[in-house]
Amino acid sequence: MTQPVTELNDIQGILRSGYGSLPDAVYLLLRVSDRTKAKAWLAAIASEPGESGPAGRVTTAADLSAMQPAALQIALSASGLPALGLAQDIAAQFPRDFRVGLGSAQAEQEGACRRVGDVGANAPAHWAWGTGATVPDALLMLYANSGGLDAVTARVKTEIAGAFDIILELQTSCTLDAAGDRLENFGFKDGISQPELDWHGSRVPAEDDGLAYGNRVAAGEFLLGYANEYGLYADRPLLAPDRDRLGLLAPAEDNPAMRDLARNGSYLVFRQLEQDVGLFWRFLAAQDAASGGTALADLLVGRRLAGGAPLAMPAPQPIAGAGTDERDIRRNGFTFAADPDGLACPLGAHIRRANPRTPDLPGGRQGLISQGLRMLGLRHGGPREDLVSAARFHRILRRGRAYGTFLSREKAMQDEGSEQKRGLHFIALNADITRQFAFVQNAWLMNPTFDGLSQESDPLLGNRLDFPQGKPTSNYTLPLATGPARRLCGLPQFVTMRGGAYFFLPGLRALRFLAQS
Amino acid sequence: MLPQDGFLVAAPILPGQREAVQDLLASMNRRPGESDPWNALVPFGKFRKLHFARFVILDDQTLNDLAAYGKTFPNAPLYLAFLGDCDGPARTLLKELAEQAAPGLRRIFAHCEGFSENADLMAWMRTHSVRAAASYVNFSGRTVRQIREEAALHAILAAALKTTPAEETPQQCLSRLRQIVADSGPLVSPPAPAPVLFRLRRLVAGMLAGSAILIAATLLLLTPLILLIPIFLYWLRRLEMSDPVIAPLAQDAHIGALASLEDLDLVNQFSAFGSVKPGAFRGVTLVCILFALNFANRVIYARGRLARIGTIHFARWVLLDGGRRLFFASNYDRSLATYADDFVNKVAFGINLVFSNGIGFPRTRFLLLDGAKNERNYQHYLRRHQIVTQVWYNAYPGLTAFEINRNARIRAGLFDASMTTEQIRKFLALI
Repeated sequence: MTQPVTELNDIQGILRSGYGSLPDAVYLLLRVSDRTKAKAWLAAIASEPGESGPAGRVTTAADLSAMQPAALQIALSASGLPALGLAQDIAAQFPRDFRVGLGSAQAEQEGACRRVGDVGANAPAHWAWGTGATVPDALLMLYANSGGLDAVTARVKTEIAGAFDIILELQTSCTLDAAGDRLENFGFKDGISQPELDWHGSRVPAEDDGLAYGNRVAAGEFLLGYANEYGLYADRPLLAPDRDRLGLLAPAEDNPAMRDLARNGSYLVFRQLEQDVGLFWRFLAAQDAASGGTALADLLVGRRLAGGAPLAMPAPQPIAGAGTDERDIRRNGFTFAADPDGLACPLGAHIRRANPRTPDLPGGRQGLISQGLRMLGLRHGGPREDLVSAARFHRILRRGRAYGTFLSREKAMQDEGSEQKRGLHFIALNADITRQFAFVQNAWLMNPTFDGLSQESDPLLGNRLDFPQGKPTSNYTLPLATGPARRLCGLPQFVTMRGGAYFFLPGLRALRFLAQS
Repeated sequence: MLPQDGFLVAAPILPGQREAVQDLLASMNRRPGESDPWNALVPFGKFRKLHFARFVILDDQTLNDLAAYGKTFPNAPLYLAFLGDCDGPARTLLKELAEQAAPGLRRIFAHCEGFSENADLMAWMRTHSVRAAASYVNFSGRTVRQIREEAALHAILAAALKTTPAEETPQQCLSRLRQIVADSGPLVSPPAPAPVLFRLRRLVAGMLAGSAILIAATLLLLTPLILLIPIFLYWLRRLEMSDPVIAPLAQDAHIGALASLEDLDLVNQFSAFGSVKPGAFRGVTLVCILFALNFANRVIYARGRLARIGTIHFARWVLLDGGRRLFFASNYDRSLATYADDFVNKVAFGINLVFSNGIGFPRTRFLLLDGAKNERNYQHYLRRHQIVTQVWYNAYPGLTAFEINRNARIRAGLFDASMTTEQIRKFLALI
């Protein structure tokens, strides 16, 4: 058994929930304008329940046990920490990928941008925010019941006036389908597959129970200060006790002599992804006139536009952490093991690239001798086996929301509404940006040779730039049981990166520490 | 079949010449991390049997780690290494290089010890050649020419499939493809014959290595020498429990310098350098393991995979300074993140066998267990020992080892008259 996660009142609620019951949300990108006032406000929103303070307090995972009419979450960027006065030597202990950032000149120069696909039209030079002078110090996420957001936003704006400047206010939109599920702008149900954080400590992650694919993932993959899938603790700032004189921080689990600034925190990846819905449907309809593009859309995504059911077959065995009710199991109780050639779900389909649902060892447990032979590579199931890494080390929690007015397929086909901007404010939570978010983006979504494919990239997210020179990435292969695969060529760029940043989502104790230090 | 071979020329850089040689090497690049195949100094592209090549300054980042053992290595040489992987004997390729790129090589090696203006270039390179203790080739005998021809063949077939009529059966499709290829003239050459002497030498060497391993194993297991095994294990465990793990984060600037050269292509280079743990025990263990690894690479892992990893084109383990330091060089597909993921999650045992004999490696158990499984320490260890490669050449950029192997299977299928309908379908799906 692993230690269960008990400090729910120290964890921001977004780690536990995407606040699905609060349909309205806005994201404020902030710059610290007055350090003293900013810290005073942080102290107020991070105060212990029961202490006097403003009504707006950071919503914790513990608060989610009761219905909340509104929620406030806060995250800080690598520039925000020193802006609040965090000592340089402590800030320098944050991992390098976080410090370098998503859209900085250094990220471009060192290749971090090209690794996640932020080149060409996606390059930081074209971003609305998140590069150079537009890197925010902080991100405020405000959620409210229908109709309640304006009041919440107005109150917060009054509170932070003089402490922070607002760089940008990112609105969100909420479109529900008949079943009450949230839709992204191409019309698919969004966020219906998530890893299950192991709150109860039911797994011993370092041991090889991961020979089969599971959906329950060690707390340390998302929460800093806890053991991850390797049974290890991520690098993070640990402070000598004399740096925390007020004793605000908890001791580090792996090093009790030190105080853990990151405990119960996470890294938040924010990417504003603009979707060209008109282009998407017109291109698909041109390729697939019979269904008006919807059948092809299913094949690009790997799920049905109507209902969200996966194209892959259900798994014969239950998958740990894939949900308990019938609906969850139907949506998430599958792997691609029974579909190695991509005949049911194309190999490059979006959900297959984003989470290939691969086990540690293809074939799983089959007896010691077989396991040994397969480990040594002396027995394998064909040339394509083992091309994709084990999934459990590369999971992310997604908490994003759509923005812009929803455009139906019919209207999109008639080229209506293209002047309005719409897309997804993609938000991912993880404990190791390089091993989780950036790995998924680089090794899976953008990889032209994912799972034995050639010259293609994610059908939704690909930037379609040649890589390397002279080799297109704009194809899409539809394997057919009857003969040669059908290959779509020249997919246009449907999604464009418009801004983004890496943030640290602190625990409440850490927020109090930052407000005091 | 013409087996691949590798050459490595290493010589200490003259004191004070490092900057100069760095600038000179930089002039061979189109941009940092990507050499110009037709650069004026060593136009790699001219050498049609050369797969990969690199110039790398073996700048030991971790020399001070010896202090953990109370040792130092005063005046450790700063080597310039020139290495490459080629078809047929390395000696032949070195000779071609000496003949056709003499002025450039002379300019480069002039910065090294013991090279004079009137030195015989070929003789000098041969004197400074270092044999690899172990090497790995993705697919034994696959030549540069074959790789390029099969890639071109694949491109023609893929283009032909774009215009597949809807009613065409797989058999008709195959016939059409065969016709297109026949009409295009000879696209692929027959396999190259290996020089008889070269092949014979390889065969004899392989047999001798195999016999040596067999005899050693027999002696160890079937004679009183078996008593050595518990002694070995006892000694090993004692060292494993006391050897310090030295895996701090690599310097920010060093990581930046390495990262900026990576992922300009689907294929990347990796160079690493560090000290072997002092003492005869580690030294002898490492030599034996590399010997066995080299044998396994020739006999077992010569057909597209090194254990579970199919993304390595060529790799090399080279002992320098009389076994005091180990240089590792490889050419691999995709990014360092996926490469390291493979090491940790697929072949940690193999990484442990070799590199746990190096200073600072994450703690192992019985040479095989733990070690690289400590992902956090291992990632730091990896970046800290990785060194900047100044010049890197790839004869077939943008082609992954998987694609190369797939193209070879496509070629084999195209000329295979005995395929069943099901096999034809699978064949067509490959293209």
